[in-house]
Amino acid sequence: MAEGIITRISGPVVIASGLEGAQMFDVVRIGDMGLVGEIIKIDGIKATVQVYEDTTGLRPGEKVINTKRPLSMQLGPGLLKSIYDGIQRPLDILREQSGDFISRGKVIPALDQKIKWDFVPLKKKGDHVSPGEIIGEVQETPLIMHKIMVPYNVKGTLTDISEGKYTVNDIVATVQNGTKTEIGLSSWWTVRTPRPVLRKLPPEEPLLTGQRVLDTFFPVAKGGTAAIPGPFGSGKTVTQQQLAKWADSNVIVYVGCGERGNEMTEVLTTFPKLEDPKSKRPLMERTILVANTSNMPVAAREASIYTGITMGEYYRDMGYGVALMADSTSRWAEALREISGRLEEMPGEEGYPAYLGRRLAEFYERGGKAVVISPEERVGSLTLVGAVSPPGGDFSEPVSQNTLRVTRVFWALDASLASRRHFPSINWLTSYSLYADGMGDWYKNNVSATWISSRKEALEILQKESELQEIVQLVGYDALPEPEKGVLDTARSIREDYLQQSAYDDVDTYTSIGKQFLMLSTILEFGKMEADAIKKGITSVKIGQLESRKMISKIKWTKEDQVEQLVKDTKSKMQQEFSTLLTEATR
Amino acid sequence: MTDISYKTISKIAGPLMFVEGVENAAYGEMVEIKLPNGERRQGQVLDTRQGLAVVQVFGATLGLNIGDTSVRFLGETAQLAVSDEMLGRVFDGLGNPKDNGPKIVSKTKVDLVGSGINPYSREEPSEFIQTGMSNIDGMNTLVRGQKLPIFSGAGLPHNLLAAQIARQAKVLGGSENFSVVFAAMGITSEEANFFVKQFEESGALGRTALFLNLSSDPSMERLLTPRLALTTAEYLAYERDMHVLVIMTDMTNYCEALREISAAREEVPGRRGYPGYMYTDLSSLYERAGKIKGRNGSVTQIPILTMPADDITHPIPDLTGYITEGQIVMSRDLHRGDIHPPVDVLTSLSRLMNQGIGKGSTREDHRSLADQLYSSYAQGKDARSLAAIVGEEALSDLDRKFMKVANDFERKFVNQGMDENRSIEQTLDIGWELLSELSDSELNRIKPELIEKYRKKSGAGA
Repeated sequence: MAEGIITRISGPVVIASGLEGAQMFDVVRIGDMGLVGEIIKIDGIKATVQVYEDTTGLRPGEKVINTKRPLSMQLGPGLLKSIYDGIQRPLDILREQSGDFISRGKVIPALDQKIKWDFVPLKKKGDHVSPGEIIGEVQETPLIMHKIMVPYNVKGTLTDISEGKYTVNDIVATVQNGTKTEIGLSSWWTVRTPRPVLRKLPPEEPLLTGQRVLDTFFPVAKGGTAAIPGPFGSGKTVTQQQLAKWADSNVIVYVGCGERGNEMTEVLTTFPKLEDPKSKRPLMERTILVANTSNMPVAAREASIYTGITMGEYYRDMGYGVALMADSTSRWAEALREISGRLEEMPGEEGYPAYLGRRLAEFYERGGKAVVISPEERVGSLTLVGAVSPPGGDFSEPVSQNTLRVTRVFWALDASLASRRHFPSINWLTSYSLYADGMGDWYKNNVSATWISSRKEALEILQKESELQEIVQLVGYDALPEPEKGVLDTARSIREDYLQQSAYDDVDTYTSIGKQFLMLSTILEFGKMEADAIKKGITSVKIGQLESRKMISKIKWTKEDQVEQLVKDTKSKMQQEFSTLLTEATR
Repeated sequence: MTDISYKTISKIAGPLMFVEGVENAAYGEMVEIKLPNGERRQGQVLDTRQGLAVVQVFGATLGLNIGDTSVRFLGETAQLAVSDEMLGRVFDGLGNPKDNGPKIVSKTKVDLVGSGINPYSREEPSEFIQTGMSNIDGMNTLVRGQKLPIFSGAGLPHNLLAAQIARQAKVLGGSENFSVVFAAMGITSEEANFFVKQFEESGALGRTALFLNLSSDPSMERLLTPRLALTTAEYLAYERDMHVLVIMTDMTNYCEALREISAAREEVPGRRGYPGYMYTDLSSLYERAGKIKGRNGSVTQIPILTMPADDITHPIPDLTGYITEGQIVMSRDLHRGDIHPPVDVLTSLSRLMNQGIGKGSTREDHRSLADQLYSSYAQGKDARSLAAIVGEEALSDLDRKFMKVANDFERKFVNQGMDENRSIEQTLDIGWELLSELSDSELNRIKPELIEKYRKKSGAGA
């Protein structure tokens, strides 16, 4: 290990000299406290280090030790259910060791070193194995079977493998190919390097989230990328948390990047209590949390999204569908800006470094649906959802713009919807999903042949509504012709009875895709009947008083198993009420 | 090295002083500056390298010179001696007594820049604080351990609101071990006197520690003042089991000071000249609110800031809003309409509201009633602006109803004056009364069972 000394300290940036043979991104330990840092610039004998911990109290002249290893993390059973800081230190263990306030210079293994996991081999002695091949399994949580894979640079014949109880540091198998290679229960990976895949596949299957506005109008595909920009108070975090709770992926990685401490606490207290709608197991059993709150050191915030995505890729490689939520990428970008400023780099737009766009693109490119490296054809996906917090809600700022260039779904949060408590406050006119059309076949096969046309029809009605609203602003509602009033009624029903969804109601918080279809088709059918009736001279006021109209507004509060019945009742009530209206009118 | 004094200042620029020949000053180390006339000032190391330390001077640089001024490095980072004795006392912006009382002597010295609370140690804030104000209790509920700023504008009565909250706030059925820490940054002596008088009248002064940096005091002190206040608050909360309400006013002045020091250091500016790390800096203050598992106390923050030109997208309110758990926004229109407190409920928000309300803490209908009031008020306001264009006659019947709800909401619900202290029951019942105009089917945010139960109970509507 090379040793040098500190020559300058300025906030999270430390300059050290005398680190011979230093390489970019080597991890160093700084000062008497042994703070963790990473080399980000080398200039002759001077190395610039970004420090992952608070530097207050450090003095020039204190020693700096180069560990000669880039920032890397241990991957193995025990990742799930954990809560880590930005550089993969488990926060629960950190609390046990150092109390309620985060102390400095602690190095704690990411995985519990003592737990003995039951390893079940899937290959036997003498089998030939190739990179990425699964040689055994560990039941990590009741929800997730952890696969032990052959490292990417190893192939050969298994000379030893046996069932038993092992810790993450134990060797479970050995491979012989000229040289002997041991395979452990866990492996190491450098966080800034993407884990390779064989080839990427087009994402064709939606990530179902149970959120009506997302699933119906702006779906993200499994392996897709989505951005949620929005001003504060518009519900970014609630939307992200709803995704983390209800998205139908196997594993969830939730990265709280420079956000509120209490929000992470909320996740920590609610997730263990919530059940996965399919398996009825606690959601925590498929979740990994990375929490680097806003008051934690800024350099570790920069690292936190890489920490998160590396774990995501690891589970993708096992063949799982993984979804990663990063809240918020703007804070990550600000960390980049802060470090860049301390390095006195020439700033780009709004003080952000010129490489902001590249770094964002590299991050989102790590997502995708892919055939992973393995002799047997195995497919995994990694969906990335990034929240963006544009200053003043202005989407023209660099982080939003650079993000929109590389993501394919845009969920535009709208402050004016939020202020009237229309939640989720996703604007249906400005949001888009580039996956929707490509997934038509999936909907046809799994939901209904009319799904795509219903979706299109609903969006058209909402578009029409916004045009009509402009006219109403000029001439008043009463001046509108009756058919237009009918359109407004249907649009209102779509907005209130369908798009509005309460994250806090036990039933409404999650809607299956089947229920979504039933709800939407009922609303549209009512709209068609209304239009017909209006043509025959019935007023929209009269139609607004119908009992079936009220029944429609109740569907969202109705449990999944009772929905079908209620929808049937509602539809027959609609038939009956409209035909009564028509007979009265013709009489 | 504590005993070595340096007389090697090479440059003084704005609030910064460059001291040469210093081998190993610690980052963040405190320094004592002795002027040629014997006067002493404090400073802190901002940037350190072998042979040079850049020191930020708290207080004026008037009288500093090159050659005679000596600098002593104290060997420790900024610390504060804390004790129970601080309650009932008034300090200046650097923590020195301002009330002719004795200096605080205590063995307990705490770092001013504490390390962050481990998110895993935090306890979810969930205890409802009844402030007695309908617009807060009913619509944007405050809970213990929350940070809820007041976004105001010049000339709006934010001080009255903050004082009223401090006076009326209580936890239902909770034991009272309550104290207030007040941090003033760059406010006028008139405003400071107002708060002192308010605390005096309500009898809270004995349970209050005040840190006053007035507008005539040096701006650099302002960077320290809130940290002194929060360090005191954390001590009272986590070591002495108190529920501490921290009022910090005016955060705008704090941010101005931050910009000043950043400009002096010739840093690359972010938006509107504020430093790029302002978010991180502000969060190091705001995130010190909270509750910790296994400890009885809590720190609740009400920072006050005046939005320049009432612009909520200005970096100061903007970054604040991204860190705090909601915001209470004051409205100039309501203030002109003689509504007190002039709180714009629609743009206000409390993110922790759901944890603090509902069955068991307030009432089961609270959430849906609040949602209904929100959407009805929003609809009513839309109708009102529409009526301004096309005339009230052109509105639909429904719009006219909503408009009435909106007007009543402002006049009866929000407007409660400075002396009325409403219980949460009263607040919710007033809410139901307002909705009596609307038919059951128009109450689409409330479940039918609750409409059934509470419409009758409150004697409103049918």
